[in-house]
Amino acid sequence: MARSRSTSAARRTLIWLGVLFAVLTAALAGGVVSSQAGWAPKLALDLEGGTQMILAPKVQGAGDQISAEQLNQAVEIIRQRVDGSGVAEAEISTQSGRNVVVSLPGVPDTKTRNLIQASANMEFRPVLVSAAGSAVPKESRTPKDQLPNPTAKPKNASDENWVTAALYQEFEAKECLDPAAATETKTDDPAKPLVACEPDTGTKYILGPVEVPGTDISSASFGQVRGNQGQSLNQWAVNIEFNSEGTAAFKSVTERLFGMTGAQNQFAIVLDGQVISAPTTNAVIPDGKPQITGSFTEDSARVLSEQLKYGALPISFQIQSEQQISATLGAEQLKMGLLAGVIGLVLVAAYSFFQYRLLALVTIGSLVVAGVLTYLAIALLGWTENYRLSLAGVAGLIVAIGQTADSFIVYFERIRDELREGRGLISAVDNGWKRAKRTVLASKAVNLLAAVVLYFVSVGNVRGFAFTLGLTAVADLIVVFLFTHPVMVLLARTKFFGQGHRFSGLDPRLLGAVPLYRGAGRIRQPSEAQPKARSKNAGAAAEAVRRQTIAERKAEQQREASAVGRGADKESN
Amino acid sequence: MPSLATFGNELYTGKRSYDFVGKYRLWFLIAAAIVLVSIIVPLVKGGFNLGIEFRGGSEFTVSQTTNTEVSKGEKAVASVVPSAEARVTNIAPNTMRIQTDRLSDDQTLAVRDALVGTYGVKADQVTSTFVGPTWGADVTRQAIWGLVVFVLLAAVLMAVYFRTWKMSAAALIGLVVVMLVTAGLYSLSDFEVTPSAIIGFLTILSYSLYDTVVVFDKVRENTENIQTQTRRTFAEQVNLAVNQTLVRSINTSVVAVLPVAAILFIGSYLLGAGTLRDLSLSLFIGIIVGTAATLFIAAPMYAWLRAREPELVAQAKKVAERRAQPQAEPAAG
Repeated sequence: MARSRSTSAARRTLIWLGVLFAVLTAALAGGVVSSQAGWAPKLALDLEGGTQMILAPKVQGAGDQISAEQLNQAVEIIRQRVDGSGVAEAEISTQSGRNVVVSLPGVPDTKTRNLIQASANMEFRPVLVSAAGSAVPKESRTPKDQLPNPTAKPKNASDENWVTAALYQEFEAKECLDPAAATETKTDDPAKPLVACEPDTGTKYILGPVEVPGTDISSASFGQVRGNQGQSLNQWAVNIEFNSEGTAAFKSVTERLFGMTGAQNQFAIVLDGQVISAPTTNAVIPDGKPQITGSFTEDSARVLSEQLKYGALPISFQIQSEQQISATLGAEQLKMGLLAGVIGLVLVAAYSFFQYRLLALVTIGSLVVAGVLTYLAIALLGWTENYRLSLAGVAGLIVAIGQTADSFIVYFERIRDELREGRGLISAVDNGWKRAKRTVLASKAVNLLAAVVLYFVSVGNVRGFAFTLGLTAVADLIVVFLFTHPVMVLLARTKFFGQGHRFSGLDPRLLGAVPLYRGAGRIRQPSEAQPKARSKNAGAAAEAVRRQTIAERKAEQQREASAVGRGADKESN
Repeated sequence: MPSLATFGNELYTGKRSYDFVGKYRLWFLIAAAIVLVSIIVPLVKGGFNLGIEFRGGSEFTVSQTTNTEVSKGEKAVASVVPSAEARVTNIAPNTMRIQTDRLSDDQTLAVRDALVGTYGVKADQVTSTFVGPTWGADVTRQAIWGLVVFVLLAAVLMAVYFRTWKMSAAALIGLVVVMLVTAGLYSLSDFEVTPSAIIGFLTILSYSLYDTVVVFDKVRENTENIQTQTRRTFAEQVNLAVNQTLVRSINTSVVAVLPVAAILFIGSYLLGAGTLRDLSLSLFIGIIVGTAATLFIAAPMYAWLRAREPELVAQAKKVAERRAQPQAEPAAG
């Protein structure tokens, strides 16, 4: 039952497409209901407005080379700084393994801008005073006459004479428990004391001037503490290794701190003005290889050792390009982009009608299906992968209208070719599809290849464009296979298309078809008007004959019983 | 004038045929001349009109202003940075673009404020962009990388799919022509080369090869059983394939160009210079050049590359012999 078999296969395929749509829509709806996603795709900065900075990291003394690890650290540093500056919804990503892209809503102030560009600043300072993180209430703060009053110039970095009245007031007023205030990052003067928070423990400190700069760290690692016999003590530790200058400086620091008590026994590791750890000094470290132990988990030990590595890598950033786009201009560009899309679609539809008459409805239907599929994909990717549609992306979508429509053109032209060969529409659709399928797959592979290559090597806007091109190529394939072809199979069975109505775009008379079978049981000889010698003719004719009605076939059987080979299913109709 | 469907029928049967393959000498000569011009023009003119992304500098766009006097913008820039050279252009209705040398952060903000004042717009209608001089070079380097990787992979893909490297080679020669001619047109017309134009340029390559693959697929089909028949020579079969897909080629390029033209129109007349215009302009040129290159360069080149294969020479001889016989049908084409 060849005929009904392909019809039901077509119906099944359409049902699968429906299932695909239902699943995607349900997934998106789920995201919207749980308010993690929105119905509208997320927009990139050029459509939404905001500032985009492309930064090139510069590592001191490393030339232009920057490793992937260093780049990831750079991103981490910038993220901490931007978050610290209180800018919400900032997005930081890397680009082509070299640049860091920072997207911020609105226009960043000079302070934020400088902060982003500055190099990571790690330093070791001795602790002078420590206290719980909350600000001392105004009424219970130390009265003016009891504030510390330095009597002499400080002798060393741990000297309490560093603590002036103003510094102490700042310290008392400091609030370290509020996450926003606690994570505030700033640049500081290494020669002066500093009031700083340790966000992890919620402790605040007055710190002496810098004694060892972070650049003196040559490496940092973490691991389990080993006992005397080398057995694991099941305790995590962070190991630092200083260079020769750091070793000497750290030796003198520990010599002094080891003899002190209370908070002054501690030294603080400060990154961008925040204390990331303030260990006590348990020994003099003469070899420049201190080990920090304490209540580390594997994770916290790794985090600290990575932060210490930042100190060894003072990365600064150079602004490569900066773009500020107002929200109104963004909205305007989006509007224009969509307008261009609508105009493009209308033009394509009009041309299709001109060329393919009502068959153009299949083109338009397929484009709509491809469009909805692409929309669902973009909205879902916006939710799960934070994909944002840029103006270049919108342009990619519009350009894709033409390329998607081409798959249908290739298919329709193949069907027409088959009709010209004299086939009935049903077999023309089947045969045309077999050939068009290969062409569509091969040519879309080229498109997809271009999109993938562009996506992986490109920077900036090119990426968004490449992504939509690739996405639409995939959507196109899905639509051709799961929508256009099954619909054609079903339409070929309708009276309007099957009998080649004048407006069907598949009128055999208009296409100059010479039927293989011409009434009165006469079969045209292959050479008679067959324009083209093809070895497939015998097979094709056989195929055409198989598609004839029973009456036609019987009539023909009488005359040319042995003329053509028949399939095993000849009587199964 | 026959309808396009009749036109298609005649092309399909071979009743009407355009000699794309046979006149290859003419096409190659024309192409060579155009390519030569495309190479000489940028050399003589000293390159391309590079966008600010390649020169480095600051750019401001004032949108929705009713005042489009160029001198106002120049004065505004001069009032802040007297030494800076300002290029002020009215790029679209109610939109002004001001390009200057690289300004510092403070200067940028000051110029912005000055522009807000002179053109009487709100602060959020002025957009500012700052581009370091290396940014454009970065984009270009990546684009060239993309180009090389894509061309290599596409060459392998086509060689595997068509099972002959000659199709790959012919398609790539067509591609090179498209690239050079598009670049030449850019130089000749002084269109601005921006990263968006480069994106468009890369897309053309994809489109151009895509178009060639569709035509070559038909060529492959027509020449599959070349040895089992004596109706047509190899070159004639290739030409028939090109003619048979001609309606497709026309329809495809029209359908591809229409949306691009829509973007180009919107981009040029309503938005002014920017992503949309630059992208669509290079696509617009490239799609037309790409379609032509498939018909006039890639397909004839393939026939030419294979014409001297011994089996095909022998087959062509057989065809000629059969045609010489009196009972032979008149040759098509």
